[in-house]
Amino acid sequence: MSVLDKKLLRDVKRLWAQALAIAMVMAAGVATLILGVGAYRSLDETRSAYYERYNFGDIFATVRRAPEGLKQRILEIPGVSAAETRIVKFALLDIEGMAEPATGMAMSIPDYRQANLNRRYLRSGRFPEPDSTGEVTVNENFALAHGFGIGSTFKAVLNGNKRTLSIVGIALSPEFIYAVGPGDLIPDPRRFGIMWMSENALAAIFDLEGAFNSVVVKLLRKTDQAEAIKQLDDILERYGGTGAYGRKDQLSHAFLDAELKGLAAMSRVTPPIFLLVSAFLINMTLSRLIALEREQIGLLKAIGYRRLTIGMHYIKLILIISAVGIVIGSVAGTWLGQGLTILYADFFHFPFLIFRRNPDLYVIAAAISGAAAVAGGVRAVYHALTLPPAVAMSPPAPTQYAHLGIERLASLKIYSHLTMMALRHTLRWPVRSGLTILGISLSGAVLIMALFTLDSIEFMIDTIFFQSDRQDATLNFNDERPIRIMQAVQQLPGVLTAEPYRTVAVRIHNGHLNRKLTITGKPPDTDLSRVLDLELRPVTLPETGLVLSEKVAQILKARRGDLVWVEVLEGRRGLKRVPVTEISQSYLGLSVFMNLDALNKMLEESPLVSGAHISYDDARTDALYKEIKRTPEISGIAIQSASLAKFRETVAKNIYIMTTVYIGLSLIIAFGVVYNSARIQLSERAREFASLRVLGFTRGEVSRVLLTELGLLVALSIPLGWLIGYGFAWAVIRGFENDLYRVPFIIENGTYATASFIVLASAAISAAIVRRRIDRLDMVRALKTRE
Amino acid sequence: MAATRKQTRSRAAPDVMFKVEGLTKVYRTGELDIHALSGVDLTLYEGELAVLLGPSGSGKSTLLNILGGLDTATAGHAWFRGDEITALSERELTQFRRNHVGFVFQFYNLIPSLSARENVALVTEISTNPMAPDEALELVGLDHRLDHFPAQLSGGEQQRVAIARAIAKRPEVLLCDEPTGALDSKTGVRVLETLTSVNEELGTTTAIITHNAAIKDIAHRVFYFSDGRITKTDVNKRRVTPDKVHW
Ligand SMILES: Nc1ncnc2c1ncn2[C@@H]1O[C@H](COP(=O)(O)OP(=O)(O)O)[C@@H](O)[C@H]1O
Ligand SMILES: [Mg+2]
Repeated sequence: MSVLDKKLLRDVKRLWAQALAIAMVMAAGVATLILGVGAYRSLDETRSAYYERYNFGDIFATVRRAPEGLKQRILEIPGVSAAETRIVKFALLDIEGMAEPATGMAMSIPDYRQANLNRRYLRSGRFPEPDSTGEVTVNENFALAHGFGIGSTFKAVLNGNKRTLSIVGIALSPEFIYAVGPGDLIPDPRRFGIMWMSENALAAIFDLEGAFNSVVVKLLRKTDQAEAIKQLDDILERYGGTGAYGRKDQLSHAFLDAELKGLAAMSRVTPPIFLLVSAFLINMTLSRLIALEREQIGLLKAIGYRRLTIGMHYIKLILIISAVGIVIGSVAGTWLGQGLTILYADFFHFPFLIFRRNPDLYVIAAAISGAAAVAGGVRAVYHALTLPPAVAMSPPAPTQYAHLGIERLASLKIYSHLTMMALRHTLRWPVRSGLTILGISLSGAVLIMALFTLDSIEFMIDTIFFQSDRQDATLNFNDERPIRIMQAVQQLPGVLTAEPYRTVAVRIHNGHLNRKLTITGKPPDTDLSRVLDLELRPVTLPETGLVLSEKVAQILKARRGDLVWVEVLEGRRGLKRVPVTEISQSYLGLSVFMNLDALNKMLEESPLVSGAHISYDDARTDALYKEIKRTPEISGIAIQSASLAKFRETVAKNIYIMTTVYIGLSLIIAFGVVYNSARIQLSERAREFASLRVLGFTRGEVSRVLLTELGLLVALSIPLGWLIGYGFAWAVIRGFENDLYRVPFIIENGTYATASFIVLASAAISAAIVRRRIDRLDMVRALKTRE
Repeated sequence: MAATRKQTRSRAAPDVMFKVEGLTKVYRTGELDIHALSGVDLTLYEGELAVLLGPSGSGKSTLLNILGGLDTATAGHAWFRGDEITALSERELTQFRRNHVGFVFQFYNLIPSLSARENVALVTEISTNPMAPDEALELVGLDHRLDHFPAQLSGGEQQRVAIARAIAKRPEVLLCDEPTGALDSKTGVRVLETLTSVNEELGTTTAIITHNAAIKDIAHRVFYFSDGRITKTDVNKRRVTPDKVHW
């Protein structure tokens, strides 16, 4: 081994703590990219494979009743490759040990053949025997929520008759990765389950022999979906079709897509920021670290080493540090990424999991970090090499410090000469100080970026559940009911307030843009379920016109005052011209509101309602639930507190998991950067400090100079970190948007405080370590040799 | 010994090692220019031991650094055996230092992470005809300190490692910038003894900077510096051995 390589190894050993801190910062950047993007890609690919293998349909439609023969016509639509007709009905469930009523979706499966589309994956057991009216296969989440196994039974009201159903199998379906009950915003497997039953049996129960009420269609690749939907609608209209829709309006897909988009947002925005921040920090740190080697570089040059040889020597040092960082980052990233993927896959109940290998990520991460590191080192080596060796080797000439103009205040004794030293030193090197401030502020900024999502989610929860939908529960009627049913609702046990609502399936057209939506009609001034404007103030629903949520307005490019076409997809149907009178804020779903009277008037129907929002006396919950189970008009109840819990479990949890990982990585970055800044600052000034000690200053006094400097830099970095963090967070939030939910951009003061606190704590720990080094400063050695 | 040397020198006109004409170095630091060298003329002969004497700041180091290819001149010329140093490129300067020059610095400038032997080996590895690092260290009387790190050595020992490092490649010239400046008299004498013996035994042309007048007596010739000029040149009729020197 050449002597230069020996020096290299000893340098690595001498600098191990700093080298490791730098390597960890790099590792955090590398790991974030690999785990964030890797997990997203694996899940995305798993979903695609799931859809593919189980033949998930492209278009979905519901009708009242259509003859089986219609299937042939559907298959003749250009581009349609397969169609599956089926019977889908809702049923109120009565499950032992569950006070509130649950809802089941009974769905037929063909009796003597395999289903073509939306095939199910059988987790255990089997599918019901042909013609069996008492056997069901249920979805896994529902079974898990109730602790059901093969052989468990529960009761269901099917077409007015209560039957006992026996579970013979547990299955998964690409159609119900998320199973969202009618009227619910959030999936709740306890209150909503899928029951696959024999087609013949269901047809018999619901008088639908030779008929169907739901159809799934698969299209050939490159088929114009909108055109196919239009043709399907034309066929189904006569049979009470409420409008076919594509995957993007299929609830399970939309939910999963929203989740994956959230992950994608976090993986497309956050990891690159992490990686670039860590690259910048490494670049800055290594450049300063190598700059400390100036004298040795000068000596190597003086005794005849070539520039290239010297450069390579230091590049090797950097490559060793980088290699450690990249290896740790890759291993940790792969491991964490797999863990995360499994966690999410578990959560989504995928029947299998495809881990994407991502060689590109490793290459990108390694290349960016490595290049940043080498560039930082080369810059410093190059600078030292351009100095004539005589200059490089001599102790740097005393720096020209400037008077600060505050020296006269010295008589006030608010600071000492030592403080002055610190201040002048900081100001004398504005670029270096500036870069250090920027580096520390970036570490604070990534913390804010990782932490703020929690604020946004909490704000979202508060707005939805405590500002907007403040009801205790939502009742769904099994059909539209005359408004006088509200009197009966009001009389249910424990009910305090009841507000009616009506939902109507429509397609809203604005120019060439259109979207299938549901209009919700409500009384103008509600107290429980309120519509909020963009400033989150309650809105009185205007006497005419639509209130579009911001997202809908954006999709349709509609503004207040625009006239849009409302195509009614239910009842008498028809096309109405309606003005947009208000834009509302809504973080969940795509909502459109209308004054209930105006809605009924537009439909040219006598006043009807679809359900009611109620508040009730908690003490009488049991009596209320019992009464609801006995009321045939009520097909379901959505309980707000359960929804909130579910919301936290689904939307929030997924974001929390990722956020936790990112917070951990930001901590590493914050500490790594502050620690290195402190250590390098110490190395740069070791001689000066040793001289001070020789002159008789105490350890405390000498430490104070360095700690004052460090404190000054950290203090200045904090507001800058807030600013940059705000920018990072903004970039992240933009990626979160999807049709199902929008995360508001909220950063609480507490988050700024937490991020700053962590940076300050890192600084304090680093300061303590550095302080111990100052205490142990070998005066003689520091003056004798030049490290 | 001294007699033998004298004979060698007087037998024929000795070769010129360094020739310097009108060498000028100006440092520009902010407002004012510092004339470190203002037109120095000088000739050094092969095998000669020269002492450069003068107060601090008179330009001695600057001259030595330019001769050794460590620094560049603002004006004037310097030749090494007919090659103009002041006209060499960066790459050629490196080659020049590597092949011909040994340096000894006031602050030793050892690599702290390398042992005494390794500090020497650092140079022998890139030389064409070096002596073994152990041999070089033996020449400076440090054969018992081979594996010590700089921090474990006294100042004098460190300086002798630096000399061993400088002579290990058998350079034609040895340039020493205040080699005893940081040392006490006794240790300094040992260092000077090492330098004179290298000069005599290996015939290495040696230039020693000092501001300590007592040392001048060990040289063949003494150059007096003042304000960036050589004000006087003395030829020592009678040299003394370093052990006669005190300060
Ligand atoms: N890098 C430098 N920048 C500015 N001035 C310098 C530099 N190096 C030396 N000088 C100045 O040049 C003059 C000669 O310095 P030097 O050759 O080191 O003197 P000596 O070695 O005789 O003490 C001094 O005035 C010194 O301050
Ligand atoms: Mg000098």
